[in-house]
Amino acid sequence: MKRTMKTLVVACGAVAAAFVVGAGTTPAQAQGKTITLCWAAWDPANALVELSKDFTAKSGIGMKFEFVPWTNYADRFLNELNSHGSLCDLIIGDSQWIGGAAENGQYVKLNDFFKKEGISMDDYMPATVVGYSEWPKNTPNYWALPAMGDAVGWTYRKDWFARPDVQKDFKAKYGRDIGVPKTLGELKDIAQFFQGREIDGKKVYGASIYTERGSEGITMGVSNYLYDYGFKYDDPKKPYAMDGFVNSASAVKGLEAYKDLYKCCTPPGASNSYMSEGLDAFKSGQVALQMNFFAFFPGLYKDPNVGGDKIGFFVNPAGPAAQATQLGGQGISVVSYSKNQAEALQYIKWFSGGDVQKKWWALGGYSCAKSVLNDPSFPNSAPFAKEFLQSMGMVVDFWAEPSYAQLLQAEQKRVHDYVVADKGTAQEALDGLVKDWKAIFKEEGKKF
Amino acid sequence: MNELSASSRITYRAVMVRPGVARRIRGLSDRTLAWLFITPTIVLLLAINIFPLLWTIYLSFTNYRANRANVPTIWLGADWYQSILTDPDIWAAMQVTAHFVIWTVVIETVLGFGLAYLIDKKFRGHGMWTTIILLPMMLSPAVVGNFWTFLYQPQIGLFNYVVAFFTGRAASSFQMLGDVTLSPWAIVIVDTWMWTPYVMLICLAGLRSIPDYIYEAAEVDRASKWRQFWSITLPMALPFIMLAVLFRGIENFKMFDMVNLLTGGGPGSTTEVASITLKRAAFESWRTGYSSAFAIILFVTVFGLANIYVKALNKVKSR
Repeated sequence: MKRTMKTLVVACGAVAAAFVVGAGTTPAQAQGKTITLCWAAWDPANALVELSKDFTAKSGIGMKFEFVPWTNYADRFLNELNSHGSLCDLIIGDSQWIGGAAENGQYVKLNDFFKKEGISMDDYMPATVVGYSEWPKNTPNYWALPAMGDAVGWTYRKDWFARPDVQKDFKAKYGRDIGVPKTLGELKDIAQFFQGREIDGKKVYGASIYTERGSEGITMGVSNYLYDYGFKYDDPKKPYAMDGFVNSASAVKGLEAYKDLYKCCTPPGASNSYMSEGLDAFKSGQVALQMNFFAFFPGLYKDPNVGGDKIGFFVNPAGPAAQATQLGGQGISVVSYSKNQAEALQYIKWFSGGDVQKKWWALGGYSCAKSVLNDPSFPNSAPFAKEFLQSMGMVVDFWAEPSYAQLLQAEQKRVHDYVVADKGTAQEALDGLVKDWKAIFKEEGKKF
Repeated sequence: MNELSASSRITYRAVMVRPGVARRIRGLSDRTLAWLFITPTIVLLLAINIFPLLWTIYLSFTNYRANRANVPTIWLGADWYQSILTDPDIWAAMQVTAHFVIWTVVIETVLGFGLAYLIDKKFRGHGMWTTIILLPMMLSPAVVGNFWTFLYQPQIGLFNYVVAFFTGRAASSFQMLGDVTLSPWAIVIVDTWMWTPYVMLICLAGLRSIPDYIYEAAEVDRASKWRQFWSITLPMALPFIMLAVLFRGIENFKMFDMVNLLTGGGPGSTTEVASITLKRAAFESWRTGYSSAFAIILFVTVFGLANIYVKALNKVKSR
């Protein structure tokens, strides 16, 4: 028995030695140049894969892609950045990440590179430069090249609006013709009109809006109402002073209006909807209106069931105080932990090219370059191009502070509690939000 | 040498190559050998359990954030503990967790024991039924979470249609996951569906461990079936039932995946169990120090409760 055990010890030692020796001899590194680009898994990512083939053909640098579904996108890539991972050489990170990524040294600062390569931020739409590239905001410190312009917009069932019975009933009920809503009030009327209505023997509903709890959904949705009703993140004259701006009487009305829309006019079970749930609801013919990011509109327009002549697009309607919309979209950055920074920068230089930007738009990506957007033919280049341009002129973004995730979580909780879970009043929700945000900024050492 | 068999030659060569090692091993005592065997386990345990635990305890007293390693770490004392224990949101999450744990454990135990009692009767096809009943616990919680999301869908979900069939209500008139009253029960139902078979399995082992002669003696004494159940079956199966309760209680106290997939903690914070709150603090807000303190509080809670319970279990077993 003892002999057997000793043999076993020798064998274990041999195996352990093999591991130790193995660990010391790493396999030869591949010498071929390949860089990895990280982004969300959605339609524009497929367009980027197609576009990047030109880069490989031109530079000889291979491209690998790491695409993660939106629900896990932030978790996955922020973990990667925070753990100093080198999986991504290039990352198309969300606009709100820029503060944290810049301050924590996760993105390479691009000012010198831009200067050397003659890339000017003046060649990009101002809103996208502020939203996707700058930190601190409104200072010439660039951490990304604006890559994918995006904002929240709306789609509607043009074919339903054109039905004589719908037109007749709507006029009888509201005393005006049914058409693209110009105000949030008109939008609610339309949603209410379609809610529970039968179309071609099928019960349909008013609108699909963002209500998702887990990541950022309900915040991205409710913001479109809050901005229009006069909500401001802080006092424009006194940064981080939020009392009376976040929880102003008009902002409270905006929050109430969003809840009204959710309660009156969304399909049953829409308590946790975000981008993909909205697409499902619209594509399956359940809803007349859909709130979603412009990035999805090329795909929706091509949809055989609801696309083409059946679909129309419009910008976020005006509210009592303003007409604004939530900024989406991202810039492309070089990860500071990348071992292939030179090749990654080469990609950014190539991507900034005028022809590349034109092709990017043609393939279904949203260019932020003025050369594309200011082209006289642009508004007619797609059925949603004019609306996209208009939206990009009225975008507002969420906080892009290093603590954005905490700020976002607080809003997700407060708003979801009020809108979906019927907890408290709108005033209490926004007062609570101010309290949460103050605590977060205090922890950050901000003075206000 | 030429007369040696092939295997002997190999052994001989091995001994020739490393005579010192062989001699040293031959001279090892049983105690040394035992240490040699357990050392890798102890090292692993220290590296992946004890060190992280001690490190977490240290971090729980600091302002450390894993995403801001360049910010100086400040010692905060028990600030996080005080802040957590006085935070109404944390207590709300603990209440949600308690609701989930208590109801799932109670229902799963009653149903699991009932099913085990029936299966133990060895009716025709009981083997096949046992396998069918065990299927849910073999699925991944991620799969279960996803497909129950569809089952609960008010317009197309099977669950709503079944309820509508029996109650006469319209299927789309209620939503299990979006309603503040129903959603805490929706997660209880799914956990019960998935883990009752596990409780059943443990109870079945308990029931099958009861010797037949005890029942035969009871029959001779003309004890009724009811009396046999209360005086023999239940007391003898009780340690197993209590073990099942312990396992399910600990598991559900740290439940995350299934609830996260079903509701994400919503609507609002109605189903935000403690693990979801912890995950959000640790890996979304990156409040590493704060979340370490919360993790320690949860650990102490579950460890303390489990210890008290194990003592009770031992008392029952020693009866």
